[in-house]
Amino acid sequence: MAQTEQEILAGLAEIINEETGLEPSEVQPEKSFTEDLDIDSLSMMTIVVNAEEKFDVRIPDDDVKNLTTVGDAVSYIKGAQG
Amino acid sequence: MALLDGKKLLVTGVLMDSSIAFHVARLAQQEGAEVVLTSFGRTMKITQAIAKRLPTTPPVVELDVTDREHLDTLAERLGEHVDRLDGVLHSIGNAPPGAFNFMDAGWDDVAPALHTSAYSLKGLAAAALPLMSEGSAVVGLTFDAQFAWPVYDWMGVAKAAFESTSRYLARDLGPKGIRCNLVSAGPIRTTAAKSIPGFETFETVWGERAPLGWDIRDAEPAARACVALLSDWFPATTGEIVHVDGGVHAIGQ
Repeated sequence: MAQTEQEILAGLAEIINEETGLEPSEVQPEKSFTEDLDIDSLSMMTIVVNAEEKFDVRIPDDDVKNLTTVGDAVSYIKGAQG
Repeated sequence: MALLDGKKLLVTGVLMDSSIAFHVARLAQQEGAEVVLTSFGRTMKITQAIAKRLPTTPPVVELDVTDREHLDTLAERLGEHVDRLDGVLHSIGNAPPGAFNFMDAGWDDVAPALHTSAYSLKGLAAAALPLMSEGSAVVGLTFDAQFAWPVYDWMGVAKAAFESTSRYLARDLGPKGIRCNLVSAGPIRTTAAKSIPGFETFETVWGERAPLGWDIRDAEPAARACVALLSDWFPATTGEIVHVDGGVHAIGQ
């Protein structure tokens, strides 16, 4: 079932917290995965795989590189859920 | 009867669902095999999540092929899941970024590439040997090491060593009735491939040169060859390299 952007953001924050220990409150749409949240490529892969499971979407590798900010990821997942 | 009915296999190298090894594990399960995966360190969590996308979720055992203790305890740890191994897939390769610059690479770049990508075939086979018996098979994945390729550099040298390692394993495991063969796959856009700087150099050229054409997104042809070599249908074949490259290896410029 399609979720709201707020629900996706909360779910994503939970996944990021599990992988990196970052507080969910720090995971905001304008934050860059690499520059602000300091997430490396291996952690990003883990986050993507877990997000695919949690939100029941597929995020091809070619698209992952375009997801610069948390907001980009939320919009992508929202769009993929239709 | 399915191709791998009742077989018990160890499959290394499943990272993402684009991994060739993922497709080997998937096809092997579909063909009746019981599969155990390996992973290590931070990639364990990814492999465990991806394992759930297989028809049956297999156990994931920790194995860093450069870690002596991991290798020494592998058979015992696998014993918790399987009582024997009929086949082992080696789908492991890694090299530091510096290894992809042939003339500038130092031994510090080259040594880990050879350790992880070539010597590890012997390490893995020896570690699995206590669980293997007559009729078992080791299968590995190579990228045609007969040629000097663009960008592949010391990884290409490591693959030449890997191919030679496979021939020596065929020699030394043959008397035990254990085969060792390789699949030389064309370029496939896996996570490992994308980590090679300039990998895209291969992407268009391969399809143009291959008589059968080539789809860099399709790991299934290489995976099928691995499954065939793990089966009982190559009982007298060892030390062989099967090219699954659309035919590029057979064609001149």
